[in-house]
Amino acid sequence: MKVTMQKPVLPVGPVHPLQEEMEYFQLTVDGEIVTDIDVRLSYNHRGIEQISETLQFDQVPFLVSRICGICSASHPLAYVQAVEELAQITPPERALYVRTIINELERIHSHILWVGLAGHFIGYETVFMWAWKYREPVLDLLEAITGNRNNYGNVKVGGCREDIDPELVPEMLKALDPIAQKMEMLTKAVLDDPILHARLKGVGILSKADAIRYAVTGPTARASGVPIDVRRDDPYAMYGDLDWNVITQEEGDVFAKAVVRLLETLEAVKIVRQALQQLPGGPVAVEVREIPPGQGVGHVEAPRGETFHYVRSDGGNRPVRHKARAPSYVNVPSFKASCIGQKMSDVMITLAAVDPCYSCTERIAVVDARHGKVLYTYEDLLRRSREETERIRERFV
Amino acid sequence: MSWKRWSLKRSPWVFHVNTGACNNCDIEVVDCLTPRFDVERFGIKLVGSPRHADALLVTGGVTRQAAPRLIRAYQQAPKPCVVFAIGACACDLGIFHSGYHMVGPVDKIIREVDPHAIIAYVPGCPPKPEAMISGVVRALAAL
Repeated sequence: MKVTMQKPVLPVGPVHPLQEEMEYFQLTVDGEIVTDIDVRLSYNHRGIEQISETLQFDQVPFLVSRICGICSASHPLAYVQAVEELAQITPPERALYVRTIINELERIHSHILWVGLAGHFIGYETVFMWAWKYREPVLDLLEAITGNRNNYGNVKVGGCREDIDPELVPEMLKALDPIAQKMEMLTKAVLDDPILHARLKGVGILSKADAIRYAVTGPTARASGVPIDVRRDDPYAMYGDLDWNVITQEEGDVFAKAVVRLLETLEAVKIVRQALQQLPGGPVAVEVREIPPGQGVGHVEAPRGETFHYVRSDGGNRPVRHKARAPSYVNVPSFKASCIGQKMSDVMITLAAVDPCYSCTERIAVVDARHGKVLYTYEDLLRRSREETERIRERFV
Repeated sequence: MSWKRWSLKRSPWVFHVNTGACNNCDIEVVDCLTPRFDVERFGIKLVGSPRHADALLVTGGVTRQAAPRLIRAYQQAPKPCVVFAIGACACDLGIFHSGYHMVGPVDKIIREVDPHAIIAYVPGCPPKPEAMISGVVRALAAL
């Protein structure tokens, strides 16, 4: 049945405080079941690639860390790796360790943030408040290393800008214990909760075949049984030398995505601990004099998946072309596979489950397949999602 | 002081608009709600509609696509309404000042529709939650 989209409905009004960025989803429904989904982007388009071509090589990391505030360690690292490949620079070992530590701390804070938001979407505010409370010590560690809670700006071509103060290392190791303890507690609490099992299992399934067909990356792929991880497949920084596991689940539903993220935070704590213990001495950056003509690529496993940067230089002091591809860009189209056929009340959490970075499923309008008129706003969807959880909860009480 | 302004100073309800931010200011805004900072103690509450809001928290420089939506959100909010420009981008576009898709900082867009709008600035990239709370407190004291 064809939908007449004569009037795109853009309700600025119902923006929920937890919705972070502007994005417009148009769902087509037949009764309770979603039959089609349309995604519109570019509310947040800032022209970063063009701005990047007007900046010097050393200034670009500050710009690309602002592509996404939550991936603000991954994007600069991918860019810097691209430039280092271009200019054949090998950063000192200590810088590689510092990069690993910052990237893994970022993964912990990003995954815990997602767990909290997922709890909020299904009306489980306790999970939301807990998760965000336990995220604070991780931000404190990042602040201790880089001086900022987000937007670290710590990586530069040839190494790192700030070193980890050697006196801080024992304290950081000590601070990791309560973090790991709380992560384990949170993981067990989520895995043992019968309501979350009933609410999230079998919801928004992305099959392995679909995951490969849509070329999704990161936890979205790993939850569907596709074991891809840049950290293992093409090791950068110090990941090749440390002991950790790639977490995969087979089910592909929202619950599997939550499990992958929670277990990955435990692996990340393991990585940070090893890196801090093995942290070698020496300088944290090498001097870079000039960038020769050429091209380079860098890719990094961001919390949401693979982020990829391409840089070309003509021998001047600015990149002549800089291309960035963020993981959400390939993960968002998989909604076509995971949302169609779902109930309305499950859509909210399914959309949130890939943790879209540019977009936390903000603009939603539901179009009736028969009449082509707007039925639900975003708030209605959130309310329905919560009512569903409430119904399940009553069954257990 | 009119009673309307006086009423603004007691437990302000805020509405959050993202006009092209990088998520950073937004997660710090949400962070203010969670247990460590917990601004709801002071009656500061995030609400789901600009029609309920005493203040708008605007994050991010305004992109071409977001500008008409920001204006609509501002027009829907009951007046008087304080607009908080949160973060460097909202205050003066920050690092994105030369972007071709940016139409201007928040104050420019709001002043186009209401020259007498009350606008407060919280600089920082991102401002820490403490800075945001301090900005709100100082703006309310200045009303």
